[in-house]
Amino acid sequence: MSNITLNVNGSRHTLDIDPSTPLLYILRNDLSLQGPRFGCGLGQCGLCTVIINGVATRSCITPVSAVKGEITTLEGLAKGGKLHPLQQAWIDEQVPQCGFCQNGQIMTAKALLDKNPNPTDEQIREGMNRTLCRCMTYYRIQAAIKRAAKVMVAARPTSEKEVVA
Amino acid sequence: MKPSAGIPKQVEDALENLSVTTSRRNLLRSAGLLVVGFTAASTGPLTTAARAQTATSGAGPYPDPDFKQLDSWIVIHQDSTATFYVGKTDCGQGTGTAFRQMMSDELDIAYDKTTCIMGSTDNTVDQGGSGGSTAVERDAWPMRRVAAEARRVLLEMGAARLGAPVDQLAVSAGVITVKADPSKRVAYGELIGGKRFNVSLTGNNVNAATGVAKVKPVTELKIVGLSPQRYDIPAKVDGSLKWAVDVKLPGMVHARNVKPPVAGAKLMSIDESSVRGLPGFIKVVSKGNYVAVVCEREEQAINAARQLKANWEKPATAPFPSSEDLFKYMRSATPTSSSNPIVVGNPDTAMAGAAKVIEADYDIPFQGHTAISPAHAMADPSNGQMTIYSNDMKSYGMRTGVAAFLEMPRDKVRVVWMEGPQGFGRTAADDAGCEAAYLAKEIGRPVRVQWMRNEETAWDTKAPAFTVKVRGGLDADGNLVALDYHARAADYNHVGYNEPDTVLIAQLMGIRRAKPAAGGAATPSEMYAIPHRRMTSEVVSLPLIWETPLRTGNLRDPNGPQSTFASESFIDELAVAAKADPLEFRMKLLTAGTTDDTGFKRARSIAALKAAAEAYGWDKRSSPKPRGAGDILTGRGVAYAFRGQSIAAEIAEVEVNRRTGHVWVKRLVCAYDCGLVVNPEALRHVAECAMLHSLSRTLHEEVQFDTEKVTSVDWNSHPTLTHSDTPARIDVVLVNGDPNPKRPDLAPYGGGETACKPLLAAVANAIYDATGARIRRVPFRPTRVLAALDAARV
Repeated sequence: MSNITLNVNGSRHTLDIDPSTPLLYILRNDLSLQGPRFGCGLGQCGLCTVIINGVATRSCITPVSAVKGEITTLEGLAKGGKLHPLQQAWIDEQVPQCGFCQNGQIMTAKALLDKNPNPTDEQIREGMNRTLCRCMTYYRIQAAIKRAAKVMVAARPTSEKEVVA
Repeated sequence: MKPSAGIPKQVEDALENLSVTTSRRNLLRSAGLLVVGFTAASTGPLTTAARAQTATSGAGPYPDPDFKQLDSWIVIHQDSTATFYVGKTDCGQGTGTAFRQMMSDELDIAYDKTTCIMGSTDNTVDQGGSGGSTAVERDAWPMRRVAAEARRVLLEMGAARLGAPVDQLAVSAGVITVKADPSKRVAYGELIGGKRFNVSLTGNNVNAATGVAKVKPVTELKIVGLSPQRYDIPAKVDGSLKWAVDVKLPGMVHARNVKPPVAGAKLMSIDESSVRGLPGFIKVVSKGNYVAVVCEREEQAINAARQLKANWEKPATAPFPSSEDLFKYMRSATPTSSSNPIVVGNPDTAMAGAAKVIEADYDIPFQGHTAISPAHAMADPSNGQMTIYSNDMKSYGMRTGVAAFLEMPRDKVRVVWMEGPQGFGRTAADDAGCEAAYLAKEIGRPVRVQWMRNEETAWDTKAPAFTVKVRGGLDADGNLVALDYHARAADYNHVGYNEPDTVLIAQLMGIRRAKPAAGGAATPSEMYAIPHRRMTSEVVSLPLIWETPLRTGNLRDPNGPQSTFASESFIDELAVAAKADPLEFRMKLLTAGTTDDTGFKRARSIAALKAAAEAYGWDKRSSPKPRGAGDILTGRGVAYAFRGQSIAAEIAEVEVNRRTGHVWVKRLVCAYDCGLVVNPEALRHVAECAMLHSLSRTLHEEVQFDTEKVTSVDWNSHPTLTHSDTPARIDVVLVNGDPNPKRPDLAPYGGGETACKPLLAAVANAIYDATGARIRRVPFRPTRVLAALDAARV
């Protein structure tokens, strides 16, 4: 056991915990951040995805001791009571069926769009490819990512848009 | 106030709260609505989750809500909002939204002034939970009738209040007015808000529950047919929904199972010292061949279950053939049961006289549910009762099963249903509820159990493997004159729904039901007029039928995708033999009929095929199409099927890479006739996902095993459809081929499964169209496609 400090969604937490514990169980069971979920424990499906320093990370295979930097979970996406454009696009496109995988889909899409604000269809397919959905909502997920990308690009300051272009 | 049997706790709570305060907030809270206001997120599942995490269980008992009391179904609050209590579960297909639409329509209340509570055994009447796509087809009828009855009673109360007879009143959006003087008005909440109806219903069973009022004719429904957004979605994307996996209770502990390393193994001994010193270790629980490890923390339980040393004795004989040898085994096995063949005309004579006879065998392997997250449940044994927090789609069956399994009085057990990973039949037999309850009873603390990925993929219930032989005879003009369909399914000892003698923990403990379920093998579901035909179905058994990872259960239309793959692939082969356009060949078989069933299924089949062809832009020609020169060959294929009264006609357009064997289904069209459509947008979404679910089964999914154990145990060894496989375009056309689509009694039919059926054959037919190679074995992985292309010299 050792003291581990985590920065999650803008809050700082210090826990006395086995440092080899996968981050997923700390988030869910100790910090009550249950957006990330267990799907495989093998890093294969993406249900447990969180964003660490801008990178979509599978928390089920990430020992808590290896985490350096700011963690964002699904609960941390909305700002000031306003949903993130991806979350809004997920509602507008009525994406989920059961919804259990959608944490992974949204968080992976967030990291994707943060890196590449205007992805092609092929880049979306490739970027999302290892994030699985067994209700098979892929078609609408891809539509929602495109919708959110448009909204996010439109919302950027003009100067930034020019840089992107 | 003491709970009285038969009235949902919410009503009692609401009334109790009324004496303390009449504020809306408290009323809603006590009615199970912790979030005030009717935003889309203030929904049932969130509510039950929040309840679970704020209250420890009392001592019970938990009497069954009485379906013959109107108060069991509908509570109207003082602010004229309504809460509907229904005995169903929504596995993500939007049935809850559909129930609200239908009940709001009958009650004459605005949709956004209602909420829906589902599936918890002490709060909602037993409608069985989910299964068989019966939600809107069967179970919505009592909901509609009781809502109509509530409207009737409210109108009578309004008449008394307003001093005008009922026939001189109008009602809209929960407000009753006098027609002649609309300034005279009273809202539902003013008439009954927070009080009981105290109205009895009649009916011999919950499906027959009814009051005096009649439901509205379809032509008067205003909310049915609109597409309000699904109310469950916002909480699923903002992280606020509390799922069954999320429940936390004071004093809870975590358990993980330790499964036999090979099927049929017998537990000889456990070396508890291998885990005793591990952090958080509480106990190894074992009985028979069931073993679980319980620890304080989740990761501790995972580690301890991995480290537990146990000695297992392998069975003397192999539990099953390897998956490579499965179909050879199935074809040579002696059936455990054979159906009486369904015979029309004289198939043997007609076949003998046919100008051309063709024959083909189709093989579909075991396919699993492989839910995106494994089975899980939390059980709380406090105060001599047992509360199970579960995503089991048949929560009522789980309650009965757990009570019998633990030999507890049924009214001391309740299941609180909460959302979870996809249903599709797996969670009707989810195993984890009985395990959590057993462990909780043993440990005396709330126990949360969750399976691991390899455990779920190997040991979940499987759709039966099928091998189908079909023969068909054409006359000299290419007309189909005789068809002989012969299916065999490995489906013996098909498990039920959390039954105390078939649930896996019971099997592992050595419990055996006297008579294993016979299982079944479906016959084709089309309306073709074939003058002579025979359809036979047989069931075969694998050597090991208990404690086996190859136990069959219901997977989303349990036999339909398999039987339709065979029957609709074969129709295409016949069309090829007749040098006919495959769509026209089918149309001819449908239009040759002169009779129809009571649901006009033949006429509706014709309409669905026409609609699919039109939406796709089908051009008439025979298959295969002239082969192109490049690596990528393209083609289109059609297939159709019904399930009950729902009809799906589907067209797939494929790209086949002749060099790699990779298949991409570029475009899908589904013409879907589900009768009266409650929520068109939600139904389209269901059809899209149902087709893609079947596409995954078509291209990727197969349970693989050696002669000891399942070897496909994770997403690498058991691949699934991915983002890259997703079609570039999907069109779902909602069809209503009823000869009188405006008839006032037009019925809604189930939409959850029918669209799964034709897809496999549509893709196989498209691959044939593109390449001239026929693939008769699912799944169409690249190696199999390449082998078929080689065989066809493509």
